[in-house]
Amino acid sequence: MLFLSQIINGLQLGSIYALVALGYSMVYGIIMLLNFAHGDIIMVGGYVAMLTIAAGVHPILAVILAILACVVLGVMIDKVAYAPLRSSPRISLLITAIGVSFLLENLAQNIWGANARPFPNSSIIKGSAINIGGVHIGNTAIVTIAVSLLSMVVLTFLVQKTKRGKAMRAVSEDMGTAQLMGINVNNTITFTFAVGSALAGIGSILYCCTYPQVSPTMGSMLGLKAFVAAVLGGIGSIPGAMVGGFAIGMAEVLVRAAGLSDWTDGAVFAILIVVLLFRPTGLMGRPMTEKV
Amino acid sequence: MRQRVQIPMPVRYLINGVLIVLLFLLGQVLISTGVLSSYYQKILLQVGVYIIAAVSLNVATGYLGQLPLGHAGFMAVGGYTAGIFMKNFPIKGMPAFVLAILLAGIVAGIFGIIIGIPALRLKGDYLAIITLGFGEIIRVILLNIDTVLGFKFTGGAAGLMGIPKYTSFPIVFICVAVTCLAIHTMMKSRHGRAILSIRENEIAAESCGINTFYYKTMAFVASAFFAGVAGALFASYLGLLVPSDFGFMKSIEILVMVVLGGMGSMLGSVLAAAVLTIVPFALQSISQTVADYRMVIYSVLLIIVMIFKPSGLLGTYDFSFTRILEKLINRVGIHDGVAKKGEKSR
Amino acid sequence: MKKKILSLMLTAAVCGGLLAGCNSTPSSSAPSGSQAGNDSSAASGGDTIKVGILAPLTGDAAQYGIAASNGAKLYFDQLNAAGGINGKNIEYILLDEKGQAADAVTAYNNLLEQGVTAIVGDVTTAPTVAVAVESASANMPLITGSATAASVTVDPDTNAVRPNVFRSCFIDPFQGEKMASFSKEKLNAKTAAVLFNTNVDYSVGLKDAFIAKAAEIGLEIVATESYSTNDVDFKGQLTNISAKNPDVLFCPDYYQKVALIAPQAKEIGLTATFVGGDGWDGAIEAINDASLIEGAYYCSGFSADDSSEAVQKFLTDYNTAYNTAPNMFSATTYDAAAILADAIKSAESAGLAAGSDEYKAAIISAISATNADYVTGHFTYDQSNNPVKDAVIIKIADGKYTFDCKF
Repeated sequence: MLFLSQIINGLQLGSIYALVALGYSMVYGIIMLLNFAHGDIIMVGGYVAMLTIAAGVHPILAVILAILACVVLGVMIDKVAYAPLRSSPRISLLITAIGVSFLLENLAQNIWGANARPFPNSSIIKGSAINIGGVHIGNTAIVTIAVSLLSMVVLTFLVQKTKRGKAMRAVSEDMGTAQLMGINVNNTITFTFAVGSALAGIGSILYCCTYPQVSPTMGSMLGLKAFVAAVLGGIGSIPGAMVGGFAIGMAEVLVRAAGLSDWTDGAVFAILIVVLLFRPTGLMGRPMTEKV
Repeated sequence: MRQRVQIPMPVRYLINGVLIVLLFLLGQVLISTGVLSSYYQKILLQVGVYIIAAVSLNVATGYLGQLPLGHAGFMAVGGYTAGIFMKNFPIKGMPAFVLAILLAGIVAGIFGIIIGIPALRLKGDYLAIITLGFGEIIRVILLNIDTVLGFKFTGGAAGLMGIPKYTSFPIVFICVAVTCLAIHTMMKSRHGRAILSIRENEIAAESCGINTFYYKTMAFVASAFFAGVAGALFASYLGLLVPSDFGFMKSIEILVMVVLGGMGSMLGSVLAAAVLTIVPFALQSISQTVADYRMVIYSVLLIIVMIFKPSGLLGTYDFSFTRILEKLINRVGIHDGVAKKGEKSR
Repeated sequence: MKKKILSLMLTAAVCGGLLAGCNSTPSSSAPSGSQAGNDSSAASGGDTIKVGILAPLTGDAAQYGIAASNGAKLYFDQLNAAGGINGKNIEYILLDEKGQAADAVTAYNNLLEQGVTAIVGDVTTAPTVAVAVESASANMPLITGSATAASVTVDPDTNAVRPNVFRSCFIDPFQGEKMASFSKEKLNAKTAAVLFNTNVDYSVGLKDAFIAKAAEIGLEIVATESYSTNDVDFKGQLTNISAKNPDVLFCPDYYQKVALIAPQAKEIGLTATFVGGDGWDGAIEAINDASLIEGAYYCSGFSADDSSEAVQKFLTDYNTAYNTAPNMFSATTYDAAAILADAIKSAESAGLAAGSDEYKAAIISAISATNADYVTGHFTYDQSNNPVKDAVIIKIADGKYTFDCKF
């Protein structure tokens, strides 16, 4: 029973990681950029949802507004900070991403204060826990897992079956060739950022409902863990990000269940290091070769 | 015919040596006459610590072209090594501190090897993330090792307290000078050239017969060693260490110094470390509101610099006093040459 | 003829130059000049008494620092409005130390140079200890309203009391022991579990004391689980705790973590009674649904529910000044400022020169001799410069903090 409860806990945490990891993976797959600011987009989504609900907006509308805000922010970051650097060395791009992440965190701190603020989760997800044979399953857990799985199905359909998705895959395969084939690369990149940020927005709402608090730095650890998940699954691979997310969530909860919670963060990073050393392309990534 | 005058090497050493001694004396005089109050001395010591940290990170970032995000971890290793050593070593006083600084560097260097060997097999984003992971693991270990060992070692969350305070202007000055000298010497040597060649093109360097893995590790270890020295100075400056001082944010802060100053420019790192350490204090005395926004300003600066001058404000430019001196002499020499044509052609 | 090393030395020289350069610039902007650095009497001899306030106003600890410094500012403003001390106003200088020990030491030296006669602060433990060590040589009176670690007033290596450092809050061991006894005696608990934050020494300190006291009085600890500051998911630990079915769950952390732990405890079906330390103050505001912490107990220095005139006046005044309710940090730091001001009064009455060594010594002995009522209770000081005052047990009932008992 105890073990089963812990599995549910792991699935719930893992599904949030998976959603966030998808955003990392898609952006990395297309422009080879580790978007450090992704976690902070989640933070902004959380604040937007909290503030709009506090202002009396209907929760459903607030959720939509929060996701929209994430999309707009994600696209804006790309246009302003990343697009001018498309042809620069990777290291410059990475430092810019760190700068954007820092900027968002500190701006949030200056605008909304350093305090963690309560998030009105009960107005979004209602109802209470159910009890199946002694295993407590919170309704938030059910909603979180269901919404994550649904989002992943929609995303897979989008990438595999639509024309847009085909364009995305083509650009991530080879940007130059894709352009020659008549694909509008810039639009496709924008679209990728929009989709990734929308997933971040959904992740943000689910995260805040599970852990009902928003704070300026809430995105940084979440972002890092999700990134580890993306690397574990194979960065650039969509099913990989999902598998990685669930694996990291499960690993974290199991380490805690084993009574080693002091070492949770240590364990997550240790997994990352081991994966990078023995299978740098992750569980489902494609091997990359560098051409001279 | 006219020939460019070159200052002979021994003279160059002499000129620079004299300059360093003069600066040192200047600092000492300012302190002893009280022009530099204890407040400014404290800021000065912090500047020194950050200069060492930034210059050492510059080896890995600027010269080697990698992006480690765990530099604060090495500082932590050095700081805790020095702190624990000084608290338990039977002999107290300056000799113990000097020994502690060396030991801090060596232990941090060993960590550099341990972390570098796996990390340097990767590059770019992966290296950044793996070093970030190692940095976090170091922090988690410092925090929790006491419960595992069952006795007081690092002091856990409460921190390591009661470290003897010996960090003073002379020792910081000497450490800054030695660090800059050692790194400069290394970079101008065969080894340094090899490291630069890896930055420019790793595959080309390897095909020229350079053992890239060896040189990458070497640069990484040198970087860790001096970060350890900075950590030791910091520990004895403050008298106490807490793991949370050495988190991811601290690594980023040092990285910002290196990047803004110019990746590959020692002068840039030195200037940026000094300016970014002093500015918050200066801002505070002007306006608390501006001081509150300093992190926002830093991050905007970082983005703007990356977009418009990706190599940093100074790029790879490095300042050389003797080079300027040579230019000056040569310019004067031209006039001389015109005046006394043919008189002196060697 | 490779042009090597020279430019290097050169750069070294430049850094030295910078070092030298940086000092000269700021020093000119501080007209108080060189000699004032060591002898503050010159600066504070006029019509004002300079007092420093150290607090983190930016960074992660800003939320505590702002609340604490607001408490101190409020007291000094009120004092000045009421005519100050013997006709002299208190001029307070508030410096931000960003929650970093290194910055706290620098800020302390800045205050020293500006000629303060005493300091209220710091707020969190590590910076406070750093300042305590640094201030020993100047014998600067230092009183913190919120640094609860035992090591703030007593050097943990030598067990020597730091003579110039006081506090107006409880120390960690006191609260842990209180809550263990309270759980056993008043809540009739037989078993207890502990969930604490390994990254926060406050939490670790309370946990250690709670466990030690529990062993002494026969309260069985069935589970000890921990987490770190960055964690938001505690269901793994809580599920483990829930399986042991303890009577009480001791959760010694600040209110924001409590606001995350309580809903998750409910979600996994934990039924134990929550018990906490004074960091719980503010939990109702930090959580959306106060029913989740209904019935929890924590010990505190003050109760907003207290009908005493001093407490009610403080609540109203604070609300008027800052448009928000005070938390425990504000209250204890308000008291720290009050205790300090009373001590300064006695030094002033003795006719000593402000800022002199005797003046500081007089403040210090006046603080240790404190025997009066303040907002958070009646204060006297023990040998270790810690306040001796009653703890109040607060119960969260009907979504409000209610006074349960003095314990």
